[in-house]
Order: sequence, then structure tokens, then C-alpha cells
Amino acid sequence: MRRSLLFIPANQPGMLQNADVFEADAVIFDLEDAVFASEKDAALELLNAFLDAIPLNKVEVMVRINGLDTDQGLIDLKHIVSEKIDTIMLPKANLDVLNSCSDILDELELNYQMLKRISIVPIIEDADACFHAYEIAKHPRVSGLLLGAEDLAKDLEVERTDASFEIFFARSQVIYAAKAHQKDAIDTPYVSTKNEEGLILDAKYAKSLGMNAKACIHPNQIDIINEIFSPSKADIEQALRIIKAMDDPNNKEKGAFSLDGKMIDKPIIERALKTIEKAKKYQLI
Amino acid sequence: MMIARCGTIESNDCLITVQRQQAFELKIDSIVFDQFGKQIEKVIKDTLTSMGIKHIYVHIQDKGALDYTIKARLITALKRLEKTHAS
Repeated sequence: MRRSLLFIPANQPGMLQNADVFEADAVIFDLEDAVFASEKDAALELLNAFLDAIPLNKVEVMVRINGLDTDQGLIDLKHIVSEKIDTIMLPKANLDVLNSCSDILDELELNYQMLKRISIVPIIEDADACFHAYEIAKHPRVSGLLLGAEDLAKDLEVERTDASFEIFFARSQVIYAAKAHQKDAIDTPYVSTKNEEGLILDAKYAKSLGMNAKACIHPNQIDIINEIFSPSKADIEQALRIIKAMDDPNNKEKGAFSLDGKMIDKPIIERALKTIEKAKKYQLI
Repeated sequence: MMIARCGTIESNDCLITVQRQQAFELKIDSIVFDQFGKQIEKVIKDTLTSMGIKHIYVHIQDKGALDYTIKARLITALKRLEKTHAS
């Protein structure tokens, strides 16, 4: 269960050392697009040294490796997998790449005698991955899907716009695939880091479609994303009222009951319970 | 005369230059030399010892890097030097 995931370039010591200062639910140490090809070795060494030196207990530790279609992707996996990380973010994901990544993780976890099982968040960033999102989300190691809209737009040969009509289908695919398997649907980052109003509109729209989290590329986006993807005060109050009404002896034996003139049945009760669970996790109650 | 480098002179980072030579030599330029000069020297010497390297010239231009950054930049510079020699 995540709301905000912050990308941090793995080769910038100034950013690394603040990783757990920000209030993101997850940090994604980026070995891929944020690192020049000539500096991949330095980024990997720095990230490993950082993770060895600084325990990050409050935040989910994710690492975006380089694509497994490159030599560097395999080098990244072999050197970064340890008990200190929680999740591998897998770029250019498809079923073959996902299965390869999972097989390599099986081997590494065994070799390193790890107690932890590393999860995978595949990035859905081309048309083929969009169509296979359901099968990708089904994989037992997958804990969520991230939509990578910038690369997807490149693949589709379309312009990325603030209105985001061009990614409506992809967003829907990611959401339905993820939710069908009880995984996180993670929305693409909003790249205009100084446009707060644009971020709010974009994040609210993504949430209205069914996304439950959003990646971000600047710390100043975290608070907005956390607020939008947390249950609102009104949602929490209503959920508490539903749970209280459900416990009423007059309603307990019924499959459905009435509250404020509206029918409350199983799906609404389950949604209320989920809202309470989220509110507790994010310390809102 | 082969040299290798790693790092930057941005804040919180350091730029490390290494070069093979017949004796050990360390040059430290740091914005926090008065407070942390000895610690920087220790991190560099400990890292070299752990890698079994004795004869080397190391120049660090430090902009407030923490120990793990100095260690990582030094290891990468040394690996790059090794690759340069091997190729």
C-alpha cells in the first residue's frame, strides 16, 4: 500500500543522504535514466556504500535498475540485491523480462541466503506491455505496476500533454490489471516540477480513475501526492459511521442495511474497511 | 602516465584522482579540512588497505562528502584505473 514514490538519482550524494528525510512512502534509487552511461559504475558503487552505511527503516527501498536487455541491468541486479532493499523497479517490462528478473532474484536470494523476498514493480512503458499488463500484474513477485508515460508516448509517437488524453487507455490498463490482482496501480510522474496546480489536477484525475499511488521526481511533490492519495477526513468519518452501523445488533444479521437513506451492502462495507486500514497506516486516525 | 577519476566537485561530493606510483602519496583539499581532515585520511587509508593497495597517488577534492561517498568514489576510481591498465 503506497501513495508516493520519490525518484532519487543514485549518483547524487546530496540527494541520497536526504532519502528518508522526505515523507515519501517509497524511495526509488534510480540507476537508469538519471545516470549518464559513463557513470553507471560510480552510481552503483555509491548506492551500495550508502545502503551499507545508512539504514532506511521508515521507507520502502526500491531500486530502478537498468534494462535487462543491457549488460548493465544484470550487473545492477547482481550487485544491488541484498536485505537492504525491498523492491526492484523493472524498466521496459514485458513477460519475458519479468520472468528473467524473477529467476535471477530466486538465484540471488538463495545464494545470499536471504530471508527477505524482493518484490518487483514493472514499468509499463510501451504498447506491448500495456496489452500484457494483466499477465504482468499476475506474477507473484509483482507488488504493483508503474505507468511510464513519457516512454510510452515515445513508443506511440504522440505528444505528452497536460490533459493526458493520450494515456487514458494505458492508465486504464494499468489500473484494471493491478486491481484485478490486488496490486498497486502507480501513476506516472508529473514532470513539471514547478506547476503545483497542474500536479494537483493530474493526481486527482489519476485517483478518480483508480490509481492508488503516484511516482514523483521532486520532493516538493510529495505532500500534495500524499494528501490526494490518502483518505479524506470526510471519507474516514463516513467509513467509521458505516462500521459503527454494521456493528449495530439490528443490522448485524442483515446482508444489507440502511444508513442516511442509502443502502449499505458488502462492497460498501469492504471499501469502508479499506479506508480505515489506509487511515491507520498513514496515521490519520 | 595513467590516471583515473571519480566523483564531482558538487556539494556533498568529492572528486578523487588516482595514479599508480612507487610510493604512497595523499593530497587532501577539503572545505572541511580543519574539522575532518584526519577522518578523510583514515577513510582513504582504510579503503586502500582493504583493497590491498599500497603504492598509489590519491588526490581528493572534497566538498563535504560523507565517509561512504569518499569510500565509493575511491573504489570506483581504483577500479577504473585497473581497467585502464588492463586495456
